Formats: sequence, structure tokens, C-alpha cells
Amino acid sequence: MGDDSATGLLANYDPQGFFCEMLGMPDRPATFTAAIWERIGQLGLHELRARARDAELELYNFGITFTVYSQKDAIDRILPFDVIPRVISPEDWRTIEDGVSQRVAAINLFLWDVYHDQRILDDGVVPRDLVLGNKTYRPEMCGLDVPFGTYVHINGTDLIRGDDGRIVVLEDNARSPSGVSYVVENRHLMQRAFPDLMANIGIKPVSNYGQKLHEALAEIAPAGVLDPQVVLLSPGTYNSAYFEHIFLAREMGVPLVEGSDLVVENDRVYMRTIAGLEPVHVVYRRINDDFLDPLAFNPDSMLGAAGLFEAYRKGTVALANAVGTGVADDKAVYAYIPRIIKYYLDQDAILPNVETKICREPEGLKYTLDHLDELVVKPVGESGGYGITVGPRASSKEIEACRDLLLADPANYISQPMINLSVSPTLVDEGIGPRHVDLRPFAVTGKSTWVLPGGLSRVALTKGSIIVNSSQGGGSKDTWVLE
Amino acid sequence: MSNLLARYAEATFWMARYTERAENLARILDVNETFSRDTRGGQNWRSVLQLYDDEASFFAHNQEATAAAVIRFYVLDLENPGSILSVVRAARQNARTLRPLISTEMWIHLNMFYNRLRALTEEDVSEHRLARLCGFIKEGCQTHSGITEGTFYRDAGWYFYQLGCNLERADQTTRLLDVKYHLLLPSVAEVGSPFDVSQWNALLRSASAYHAFRRVHPSGMTPAAVAGFLLFHQSFPRSVAGCITAFDAMLDALIARYGLTGGGEVAAEVDRLRAALSEDQIDDIISRGLHEYIDGVQIKLVAITEELAQAFFGLEAAGASSSAEASTEA
Repeated sequence: MGDDSATGLLANYDPQGFFCEMLGMPDRPATFTAAIWERIGQLGLHELRARARDAELELYNFGITFTVYSQKDAIDRILPFDVIPRVISPEDWRTIEDGVSQRVAAINLFLWDVYHDQRILDDGVVPRDLVLGNKTYRPEMCGLDVPFGTYVHINGTDLIRGDDGRIVVLEDNARSPSGVSYVVENRHLMQRAFPDLMANIGIKPVSNYGQKLHEALAEIAPAGVLDPQVVLLSPGTYNSAYFEHIFLAREMGVPLVEGSDLVVENDRVYMRTIAGLEPVHVVYRRINDDFLDPLAFNPDSMLGAAGLFEAYRKGTVALANAVGTGVADDKAVYAYIPRIIKYYLDQDAILPNVETKICREPEGLKYTLDHLDELVVKPVGESGGYGITVGPRASSKEIEACRDLLLADPANYISQPMINLSVSPTLVDEGIGPRHVDLRPFAVTGKSTWVLPGGLSRVALTKGSIIVNSSQGGGSKDTWVLE
Repeated sequence: MSNLLARYAEATFWMARYTERAENLARILDVNETFSRDTRGGQNWRSVLQLYDDEASFFAHNQEATAAAVIRFYVLDLENPGSILSVVRAARQNARTLRPLISTEMWIHLNMFYNRLRALTEEDVSEHRLARLCGFIKEGCQTHSGITEGTFYRDAGWYFYQLGCNLERADQTTRLLDVKYHLLLPSVAEVGSPFDVSQWNALLRSASAYHAFRRVHPSGMTPAAVAGFLLFHQSFPRSVAGCITAFDAMLDALIARYGLTGGGEVAAEVDRLRAALSEDQIDDIISRGLHEYIDGVQIKLVAITEELAQAFFGLEAAGASSSAEASTEA
């Protein structure tokens, strides 16, 4: 960084020892962000705040909101938007792009295998009961072939960066990952509010997501259908992600349907139009497996369409994502993903996992028990977030309670070291301060995989917090992948 | 391109109706305020309640039909599904359903309009500010129409929008005429008096019809001429006959352009109403009772809506239809 960029505003910025997405580490300063950082300094705090206010107002008027339900009322809230972009270098992006593609490829091979030959289970690479006993495993999918072997057409990979600057995978989202609408809308917002900041920087575009998605979805249409009718199936206007459903339907130019719009007759899916029933060939569904079809799954579901799954089995309609992908983004299966990559692709994982000890394995259990005060211990059961013991912050009593639980049912636990999430300069009350961020890139797969440059950067707006979820004070940033 | 989803057709139709309804409600409150400002016309707020058949629900929560209470009931009261706030909320809810279909500008405007209405305080809706408030609401609704005209893609959705707009406008014009009927009740003897004429004058103005009426009738103003103008004059865009003619043309074009097989029953129902409107004579109507005649027209408008829903709103599966209706009309 040149001296002239160190205006008062930027000079006061202190990443407090964390890896900074804008500045890197003191011993390894990032140079690729220099021009952007300097321009932010030139804008000044007053101007940044004024434009941030305009941007928030625009989001509100635009109705880019998610819905928060209280007992009495449904409140549309905007996802707080931070105007200082998170910037990714071309080198880091290559790693992320390759790593995500590799992961998606392995996950699809894994899903094909567990719903067909189950070689990976026979070979003991992944414990059989972990897969077959998993609630998200769908025996109904056994023997069913999906086009190109693609089960996960839309995938979101949650990435974080630790103090050492390495990017690691925190979680896979292979069912119905959301957030991509914010990626595109945040970019549009920045283009309107900060044309001067973006000029001549060379940022990879994100606005073709809808086109790419439609291409992939058209590719998986039943054989012989030349001009497939794609629809987006939403639970409806009361769903908290309804804005995103609108966004996707608009960007693809396809109807946004609800379950009541669909009719299945003779194992074919139709939608009700003003001219009667018209055929549907591909359904991008933003409804969980359970609610997709009351005849096949949860009989109480009002959201899906009766008979949809049988039509899917008969191959007259394609579903994205496929049914039964939850078994691949399960917390316990996550720990095996590096081995799954090795098994199918004979490659090392390009993006490593957070180092995870699997307590069902004796070595993992022993290590975990020996280092309880340093580790985060997580139950793998479906109720994520509950029962987590954060060793460095736990009392000795809590540590001992955790030890008892581990010994009683080791298979229900994994352990990971504490990771310090990287920070990104963020406009906050005191000026520009460091706030922790993560990143969720989105991969779209039909015949092949395409990764949207960047992804959703979520930021924990509360000082010191590492919780980036929108329900708990999280916001988002535009994410710039430099050319 | 696929045909319009039945649910979208329904939501478009109702989005148009609700914004049109909000505009006309503002017109009716406005004209009623003008009437009641006159000492001889005081205490007439009850007539608005009668107009919309709302006496029972109003008096369930209110002691007396004061100006403040009635205005509050029709502007801000979310418990009243017919209040301007409720109606604009319903329009916005339909617009939200239609986000994949309508232009972004249509959505942003309705969203902002609703948020502004929601921010209104009791003070903002007090009687002395009513004229300004009604002006703001009319302008909001007209902006919506203008944005729609200028940006809404001309597929089947556009036709359903026009159908909703014209049907609601016809219905509301009959209600506007009915205000005058209710007000006249206690003073039938005064028909044609200067006071009566000034009320008809105000009525015309509230429908933005005064100037058009004057061009057709350069001198004089009889109740029959005003009522006849608002009911039958083809060239006036808010007259009942004008709206029904436009509705009829839109319906024919919709069916022809999209090769729709349904809709015959709606067309038949519209034809019957059109025939009646072209044959009926205003003098006969007044002597037999304007209110009764208007009631009859309103019943036919309801029948047209029902047939339209049967034909195009995907009601063939009984289970789905009731919930769809509830969600779009609530």
C-alpha cells in the first residue's frame, strides 16, 4: 500500500491480527486490492455513509427482503448490505473454482454410487449405517438414473479463511442452497451506487447466472423434448426466500409455480394455464424432499404436487436438485468428503475441510478426548447448532459433561479446531472496522459444472461475532473476483 | 412461450381491481366530504357505510358514524378488508405473487405506495386533511396505471389486467351514483333544487366527469342527464357502459389471440349486460328507482366475475380453488 492511500479513515483500520480479505497479513500484504482500497479512502466516510443510506433505501423499495415471522405479524426485512466489497484475487479464485468443481463432481459420483452399487460402502470408505441409516437417504431413489449422473445441479459451498490464509470448506449445501439472488442484486446495487469505485477495476461479471442456470436445467430435460418447459416450484409468497424464487424465475424467464399450479396425470406433469393444462419438463424445486409429493413423502404436505415423484421415476420430468441429495451434505458425511474425493477421483481435495476428527473412529475419539479444551465438538445429528461444545470457551464442568457424552455415543460426534474467520473492512458505527466474513460460491451443473465468479459474502456485523446468519445480525457484501 | 398460469391470471385481475378500488374509494370519501361540508348535508357519513354494506362490521367496533370514525374505518383500518390500506395491501400482495410477471417498476411503485400508506397516522387522516389525502391516494393509483400502461408486457396478463380494471371501474361508478341516491333519501322533494344541482355537480367532479359532461351538455344539469352520463355515455372512460364495452373488446381479443376454448359463458353474460345498457332509458330508470337499477347492474357484474373465474382461474380442481381465492382476495 502506498503512503498516500493512508488517509485518516483507512489508517485507523486495524484487522486486529486476523487475516484481512482487503489487506492480507502484515507480513504478506495483499497488493491486488491497492487501487480499490485507495479509492475507498478518497471517497471518505461521509460519502460512504450517504451512499450506504441510499443503497439501503433502494433495497427496501425494491423489496429485496426476507421475511421474519413474529407471533402477530410477518415483517419484511432487508438483508443489511455493506458497501465495502469483499475482493478475491485471480489466484484465490482459481483455487476456489477448481476446488468447488472437484467437490461437486465427487458428491455426484458419491450419490450415484450410494443409490446404485454402493461400492464405497462395500469398501468401507464411508460407514454403511452413516449413509443408509441417514434420515435424508431416500431408498426410493435406488436404481434411478438421472441425466449425466448429476444429482446436485445447484450447489453452495460454505468457505472460510483462517489466520494462515488457507481457504477451507466449512459446509456443503447440496439440497436447496439459497443466497444467489443477493450476489447478483448486490452487484447491481454497487454498479448504481459506486460506478466510480468499480471503473476500470476489471471485475468478473455475475449477471448471467439465470442464463447459465436455464441452460443447465434445459440440458437435463427428458430425452426427445426439444424446447423444454422449465418451471420454478416455490412454497409460495410466505416463504422467507420468496424474493429469491422471484429473482430466479425472472432471470430464467420461466413461470414461478406453486404446488397447486401443478397437476400430474398419467405420470406426466402439467401446469394449469388459462388455456388448460400444459406440459412441464423440468422443475427447479425450492421445496424440500419431504414436501415434494404427498403420495411419495410427507402425506400432509400441501406444498408439492401429488404424483410428481412417480413421474420423475418414469423419467417424464426432471427435478433439480435430485431427490435424496441431503445424504451428501450431512455433517458427518462432510468429514468423509476428502476421502470421497480421493476414492472416486484419485485426487487430493483442492479445498481442504476444516480438519475434522471423526469420533466414531478410535483415533479420532482419542485425539478429541485428549484435546477437549482446544476443540469444538459437534453432534452430527440433524439438529445443527445444538449441543456444540466450544472447548476454549467452556468451563471445566462443561468439558467433563462433553467427555461423558462422547464416551456414551462417540459415533454421534465430530470435533474441529477453533477457526478464526478472516475479516473484511466494513462500514460500521465507529468508521471502517474489521468484521468476520464467510463465502458461499454457487456451482451449477448440467452436463458440466460452472461456478458463478464470487459468491455470497456474508458478514457478521456485530463486533467480534463470527455468526454471519441473517437472522442473527448478519449482512452481505458484494464479492469481486478480479480478472 | 407457455400460456399464462391460471393463478397469475387471477392475481393480475385482482391486482387491477384492488388498485382501481382504492382510487374510487378515495373519490367517494372525497365527494362525501364535499357533501357533508354543507350544513344541510351533515351527518351523511353513514351513507358510505350503506353503500358498501358495511354497517354491521362498522358498528361492531364503533358507537357512532362520525366523520372521523368513518374516515378512519375506510382509510387506515386493517380490520376492515375494504379499507384503502387493506385494499392496497391486497393489491401489493397480488403484485408480490406476480413479481415474476410484472415489470420491476410496477412492483417498486406499489411497494412504496403501500409503505407510505402504512406510515399514515391518525392525524394524517383527519377530516380537514381528507381532500389532500384523497388526492395523494388517487395519484398513487393513477401512477400505478400509468406505469402499467408504459411497462407491462402485452401478453395475456395485460388482458386480465384490463378486464379487472374495467370491471371494477364499472362497479365503483355505480356506487358513486348510489351515494347520491342515499343522500337524497330524506329530501326527495328537493330534486332539481339549486342545492340538489350542486350535489350532482360535486358528484361529477369526483368522477372526473364534470368537464366531459359539460362538453356534452353545455348548459343545465338535471339528475337524469348526470346519471345517464355516468351510466351510459360510451366515450367517458368511467361510465358503466364505456367500461363494459372495453371489457367486452378485451375479452374477445384475449380469447381470439390465445385461442382459448373457455370464456363463452363470460362473453354471454357480458353481452346481456351490454344489451341492457344500450336499451335502458334513464328517465324510466329514475322513475322506477335508480338504486334498484344500480343493484341489478352490480349483481350482473358479480356474475361476470364468477364466470371469468370459472373459465380461466384454474378452478377445475375444487380443493385448490378455495385456497387460491382466499390468498388473492384476503
